[in-house]
Amino acid sequence: MSEYNKVLKENVWYNNPVFVQILGICSALAVTNNLTNTFIMTIAVSLVTAFSSLTVSIIKGLIPRKVRMIVQTLIIAFYVIIVDIILRAYLPGISKALGPYVGLIITNCIIMGRAEGFAQSNGPIISFWDGFTSGLGYLVVLMVVAFFRELLGFGTLFGYRVLPEGFMSWTIMLMAPSAFFMLAIFIWVAKGIMLRKEAK
Amino acid sequence: MAPNINPFILFFASIFTSNILLANFLGMCSFISISKDITSSNGLGMAVTMVMTITTALNWIVYNKIIVPLGLEYLRYIIFIIVIAAVVQILEMLIDRLSPNLYMSLGIFLPLITVNCAILGVSLFMQLRYYTFIQSIFYGLGSGLGWWLAIMALAAIRKRVDKSPNVPAALKGPGLTLIIIGIMAMAFIGFSGMLNVQ
Repeated sequence: MSEYNKVLKENVWYNNPVFVQILGICSALAVTNNLTNTFIMTIAVSLVTAFSSLTVSIIKGLIPRKVRMIVQTLIIAFYVIIVDIILRAYLPGISKALGPYVGLIITNCIIMGRAEGFAQSNGPIISFWDGFTSGLGYLVVLMVVAFFRELLGFGTLFGYRVLPEGFMSWTIMLMAPSAFFMLAIFIWVAKGIMLRKEAK
Repeated sequence: MAPNINPFILFFASIFTSNILLANFLGMCSFISISKDITSSNGLGMAVTMVMTITTALNWIVYNKIIVPLGLEYLRYIIFIIVIAAVVQILEMLIDRLSPNLYMSLGIFLPLITVNCAILGVSLFMQLRYYTFIQSIFYGLGSGLGWWLAIMALAAIRKRVDKSPNVPAALKGPGLTLIIIGIMAMAFIGFSGMLNVQ
């Protein structure tokens, strides 16, 4: 069990894909002005990462080395299409709000990175867990960013009014630059905590 | 259903007001990792612009002439990514044959482009907004130039800022880069009164 715990800790904190490796921020910064959309998006990314790692790990012996990148991309695209169809069937509103960003999960560097870096050399179950926890690390960071952006930008959380009516909402929080600033502050705080731990 | 926008307006709008990087957050991974160095940024920017223009045009043809008549819209992600991978592969071989000098400077960046989300993103936006063929070409070219402009600006700023001794230890590296990108994005918002496309 300790192996699974280690993978979890690595992926969520010590080697977090977003604030340590700076991967995969492309497609998701755009959806972080709303907690509901962010949650659905990050869950979708976690599931796609988990299942594509599982698939890559199972068939790794069958893929010739030279074409493995394109095979991995096709596996990822396959799962993204499934996610896209499910979203359109059950959550049409959110699917519309996410727009092209669902399709862009294909080019999310985290998924390719886990398939290439972990699933190629490990068993199926642990690869699935590794993919899922990487997605979890991504979820945590984006949910924190989305929390502040939605709270200050609209005064709501998950669409429910939290701040009083008189609160003047910060329009900048809904625009692109604030996503960069919020992520920068998150990285600053997280790295500060890590550096302090190391110093001890 | 095509929107009635002059292709030239679309071209300038995709460079400035709806910059693919600063407004739509696409292509961030290579943007952050490559922008340490101006020469590499220039090479990557050139490669992205070239691939983006060609793939947007090709994907328009493939989508409207093959996918839609056959009713295979749900397969578009796979088909777009295959077209992009194929274009990058062919371009790599062609440049190697025709211009070894350009190959030396672009060679290492071309494979990186297959996984650049901005390339796929432009194709998806083009399809979602029902652009015509001419509009798509201008949109692809403009987005590529916008990406090139943004990475050159960031590389130039980082060259000076990264050496500054006054940056807190925890903010060094990616944190500081993101703050610079945020300020650049704010500056680009200043253009938004000029033109608007959606």
